[in-house]
Amino acid sequence: AAAAAAEVGGPCRADGDDSLYPIAVLIDELRNEDVQLRLNSIKKLSTIALALGVERTRTELLPFLTDTIYDEDEVLLALAEQLGNFTMLVGGPEYVHCLLPPLESLATVEETVVRDKAVESLRKISQEHSPVDLEVHFEPLVKRLASGDWFTSRTSACGLFSVCYPRVSSTVKAEIRQHFRTLCSDDTPMVRRAAASKLGEFAKVLELDYVKSDIISLFTALASDEQDSVRLLAVEACVSIATLLPQEDLETLVMPTLRQAAEDKSWRVRYMVADKFSELQKAVGPEITKNDLVPAFQNLLKDCEAEVRAAAANKVKEFCENLPEDSREQIIMTHILPCVKELVSDTNQHVKSALASVIMGLSTILGKDNTIEHLLPLFLAQLKDECPEVRLNIISNLDCVNEVIGIRQLSQSLLPAIVELAEDAKWRVRLAIIEYMPLLAGQLGVEFFDEKLNTLCMAWLIDHVYAIREAATCNLMKLVEKFGAEWAQNTIVPKVLGMANDPNYLHRMTTLFCLKLYWLLFFENTFALSEACGQDITTKQMLPVVLKMSNDQVANVRFNVAKSLQKIGPVLDSNALQAEVKPVLEKLATDTDMDVKYFAQEAISGKVFHLLSLCKKTLNDVSRILHVRYLCINELCSSLLFTVLALA
Amino acid sequence: MDGARMWHVFAGGNDFQWCFSQVKGAIDEDVAEADIISTVEFNYSGELLATGDKGGRVVIFQHEQESKNRPHLRGEYNVYSTFQSHEPEFDYLKSLEIEEKINKIRWLPQQNAAHFLLSTNDKTIKLWKISERDKRAEGYNLKDEDGRLRDPFRITSLRVPVLMPMDLMVEASPRRIFANAHTYHINSISVNSDHETYLSADDLRINLWHLEITDRSFNIVDIKPANMEELTEVITAAECHPHQCNVFVYSSSKGTIRLCDMRAAALCDRHSKFFEEPEDPSSRSFFSEIISSISDVKFSHSGRYMMTRDYLSVKVWDLNMENRPVETYQVHEYLRSKLCSLYENDCIFDKFECCWNGSDSAIMTGSYNNFFRMFDRNTRRDITLEASRESSKPRATLKPRKVSTGGKRKKDEISVDSLDFNKKILHTAWHPKDNVIAVAATNNLYIFQDKIN
Repeated sequence: AAAAAAEVGGPCRADGDDSLYPIAVLIDELRNEDVQLRLNSIKKLSTIALALGVERTRTELLPFLTDTIYDEDEVLLALAEQLGNFTMLVGGPEYVHCLLPPLESLATVEETVVRDKAVESLRKISQEHSPVDLEVHFEPLVKRLASGDWFTSRTSACGLFSVCYPRVSSTVKAEIRQHFRTLCSDDTPMVRRAAASKLGEFAKVLELDYVKSDIISLFTALASDEQDSVRLLAVEACVSIATLLPQEDLETLVMPTLRQAAEDKSWRVRYMVADKFSELQKAVGPEITKNDLVPAFQNLLKDCEAEVRAAAANKVKEFCENLPEDSREQIIMTHILPCVKELVSDTNQHVKSALASVIMGLSTILGKDNTIEHLLPLFLAQLKDECPEVRLNIISNLDCVNEVIGIRQLSQSLLPAIVELAEDAKWRVRLAIIEYMPLLAGQLGVEFFDEKLNTLCMAWLIDHVYAIREAATCNLMKLVEKFGAEWAQNTIVPKVLGMANDPNYLHRMTTLFCLKLYWLLFFENTFALSEACGQDITTKQMLPVVLKMSNDQVANVRFNVAKSLQKIGPVLDSNALQAEVKPVLEKLATDTDMDVKYFAQEAISGKVFHLLSLCKKTLNDVSRILHVRYLCINELCSSLLFTVLALA
Repeated sequence: MDGARMWHVFAGGNDFQWCFSQVKGAIDEDVAEADIISTVEFNYSGELLATGDKGGRVVIFQHEQESKNRPHLRGEYNVYSTFQSHEPEFDYLKSLEIEEKINKIRWLPQQNAAHFLLSTNDKTIKLWKISERDKRAEGYNLKDEDGRLRDPFRITSLRVPVLMPMDLMVEASPRRIFANAHTYHINSISVNSDHETYLSADDLRINLWHLEITDRSFNIVDIKPANMEELTEVITAAECHPHQCNVFVYSSSKGTIRLCDMRAAALCDRHSKFFEEPEDPSSRSFFSEIISSISDVKFSHSGRYMMTRDYLSVKVWDLNMENRPVETYQVHEYLRSKLCSLYENDCIFDKFECCWNGSDSAIMTGSYNNFFRMFDRNTRRDITLEASRESSKPRATLKPRKVSTGGKRKKDEISVDSLDFNKKILHTAWHPKDNVIAVAATNNLYIFQDKIN
C-alpha cells in the first residue's frame, strides 16, 4: 500500500485525465445532500486519499474532515472507522499523528457509537506511533481529552490511557495515573462510569505496585460511588483486578469490596455480582470461593429481588462445575442444593425457568445416586410446574439426565407433563413442545414412543391452529427420518391416509401436506439410504389417495392436489406421470373454480419444468445470461420457461 | 446573583422589585389554539429557555450577553431556534387522534457544545439536539462557483473542499424517538441524575428509559387494577430526585405522594415513603377529592424538600416527614366559595404547575386572571403579580395585585367576581441561578427580572 500511495502521490497528471473524474465525483459527494451518497464517499475515503497523495491528504483532506463533525451518525461512524486504517495514506508511521485532530473531534461527539469507534481507531493508531511521537503527539491529546470541558471528551480519554501507558517514560506515566485518578472522581456520573469500565483494562498495564496502591483505592472508591450505575461497573473491574493480584493480597485488597457489592443496597449491583459470578469465582481461586463465595452465592439465590435470583439461578450449574473438586460434592449437597430446592417453588416464574434451564446439568456433577435421590424429585416438581416455560426448559435439557440415569426414570412424570403441554391452551406452547418431539423420540426409543406419544403426534395433525398442523406435519417427517421407513409404513401412513376421508376439509388437506412431504423425503433419501420400500410403495399406496382427492367437493382441497402433484411429479416414474397424473391435472385445469384451474395449469407447465431441473447446470447458465439471478427457479413463470427451453 | 440577595426575594424596599423585561408572542386578542404555550423550561445554566405549544412547536430563547449600549438591562432572551417537535397523528388501531401538543420539555445536562432536550406529547417522547454551525464547505470539482457544471473531461486537478466561515446557523435535529410505551397520556418526563436514564409517567404507569435505547423501556410502576372499574386514583406527576439516582416520587389524584427506591426492587410497586396530610373532616365537601388532586410535584434543588401543587395551595414537604407538609401556602383561597361554578366550567380540573427559585428560598405558581403568586419561605411573605400587556413597558415595576375577599373592596383591589378565568397561568419557570422568571400566559411568554434599587 505504501508503494501504491507513493506512486499516485505525485502531482496529478495533466491534461484532462478522465481517470480523475470518478475521484472528483467522490470528493464532491462527500457533501452531497443524500446521506447514502455521503456515506458511500466516506467509505471510499482511501481511494480519495490515494488519488490526492500523502501530502494533500495531510494538508487538505484531513483538515476538512476534522471540521466535518456535523454529519449524521452513520457517516461519522464510517469516518471514524476509516481513519483507523489511514496510516499508510498519510505517509506512514512517521506522519500518523496527522490523524489525531480529526479523531480527536470525533471523540467528543455525543453519539456513543461514534465516540467509541473514534477511540478504537485512536487505540489502533497509537500502536503505529514511535515512542517519541507517542509522547509528543498522542499523550498530549489524551491529556487534552481528559481535561476537556465536556464530559464526552473526558469519557473518551478513559479508553486511551491503557494504550499509551506501557510505552511512555516514567514521568509521563505518573501524569497518566494522575489523570486517570482525577477522572475516577469526576463530577459527572458519565465519566466515572467510563473510568470504572476501563479500570480493569488500565490495571492490566500498570506495575503491580501501582495496582496495589493506586488501582485498589480507585476501585474501592468507585465501588462505593453514590450512583448505582458506577458501582455496578466496579464489579466488572473486580474480575480483572483480582486476576492480577497475588492470592495472598486478595483477601485484604479485593474481598472487602466484593463482599460489600454482593450485599449492596441496590439490586442492580447485586444482579451484576450474580451475573459475573463464574468469572469472579475463577478470578479469586478455590480457597476464597469456599470461604466467601459459597455463602455469597447462597444469599444471591435467596435474594429478595427476583431479577437477582434469576441471574444467580442461571449460574448454578457453572458455579458448581467450577468448585474445587475435593469438596465439590459436599458443598453442593450442604450449601447449594437446599437453596436450589427453594427456588424450585419460587414465586417468580422467570426464576424458576432460569433454574429449569440449568438444573439438569447438576446431574452429571453429582452422579447417579445423588441424582436419583436428590435431583429427581426437583426435576419432577419442575415438570409439574404451572408455568409452561419451566416445563419446556426441563424437557429441552433432558439429554443431560439421560446420560446419567436414563430417561426412563423420568418417564412416569414426563408423560403427563408432555401431554399437558401438548394440550396447552396457548398454541405457542404447543408449538414449542412439538419442536422437542424428535429429540424426545430419540431419547425415549421407538417402543415407548409408539406406546405413549404417537397418539399425541397424530392429534396435532388435526389441531385447530394451522401453525400447529404445519409443525405437526414437519414433526412427522423428522420422526420418519429417525425411526425409518418401515416404521412409517406401519404406524403413520395408514393413519394419514385414513384422514383423507375425514369430513373436515382442513384435515383432508393435512393428509395432502403430509403425503407431499413424505414423498419428497423419500425422493431426497432414496439414493442415500436406498430404502427398499421407497418409490414402489409410495406410488402404489399414496398416489391413488391423492388422485382421488382431486374429486373433493372443496376447491381448496382440489387445488392443493394440483400443488402437491406439481411437487411430487418429479419423484414419480414417467408411466405413472403420463397415465395417471396427467389426466387428473388436465381435468383440474378445466375446473369451474379459478384457483383450481390456475394451480393445475401451473402444475402442468411446472412438470415440464421439473424435467429441466435434471439438467440444472444448463439452466443456471441460461438464467445467468438472462440476468434472472434473483428469480428463484421455482418462481419462473411459464412464458419465461419457454424462452429458457428455446435457449437451452 | 449571590445567595444573600436571593434569600430575600421580596423582603421589602431595601431589596428589589420585579420588573418587566420582555414579552413574546402575538398581541392579537384573537388567539389561535395552536399558539397556546403548554410548557416552559430553563436549561441547567439558564442560558436557554424553551417553550412548547399546543401546535407541537418548540421555541428556544437564548440569553444575549449584556450590551454596552444599554447597561441597565441585563441581557434579553432572543429566539435561538424554532422547530416542529410533534405532528398530529392518528392511531388507526385504536381510532384515536394523537394531539401534537407538547406536554413537557426537559433539558439534558450539557455534554458537549450542543444542547439536548426531551419533548413529549401524549404518547411519544423525542430527544432533540440543538447545535450550531458556523462553517460551510466550499469548492466543488464538477461545478464552478456559480453552480455551472464543468466538462468532466477537462478536470485537470482535484479540489478538496475548504471550510469557510458563515453566518451562525442553529439546527435542531431529532436524535431519538421513544414511542409505543404508553397506553395512557404522558404527563411527566424527568431526567435521572445518572445522566443515562429518564422516566416517563402516564395516568397509570411509569416507565424507565435509557437515553440511548429507544426500542425498550422498563415498567417500574403500574397502578392499573385488573378490573378498571376498581380504579380509584391516577398518577398525576412524577419526578426523579436531583441527586440520588435511585429515588423518584409520583403524585396521585388523591393528593398523596409516593417516594420509591429503585434499589430495592426492579418493580417499584411498593413505595418506601408515603406522604399524605390527614384530611380535615370539617372542611370536607363534594369537591374535596377534586381539589386535593396534585397537579405538579417538584424536588427542591437541594433534594431535601419537595413541593406539590393542588388546586388551592402549594405545599412544601420535608422528605424526612411523611405525615404532613412543613409549609403550606394558599394560592387563591378566595376561590373556595366558587368551587361550584369552577366545577361547572371545568376550571377545577386545571393543572397548575409550580417551581423553585435557584436557592430554594422562594416558590412560584400560577393562578387565574393572569395572576401569579410567589412565596418567600423564610419571611413567609407572599405576593401576587400580574402578567399583562398594560405593565409591559421596559423596566416597568410590577405592582402587587390584591383580590378582595371581604365584602368591601378597597381601592386597587379586584373583586373575585371580576376575575377572568380564561386567563390562567399554568406554566412558569425560574432561572436556576438568577432572579429571572418566565411566565406563560396563554400565547404570550412574559419574562420578568429583578430591579436593583
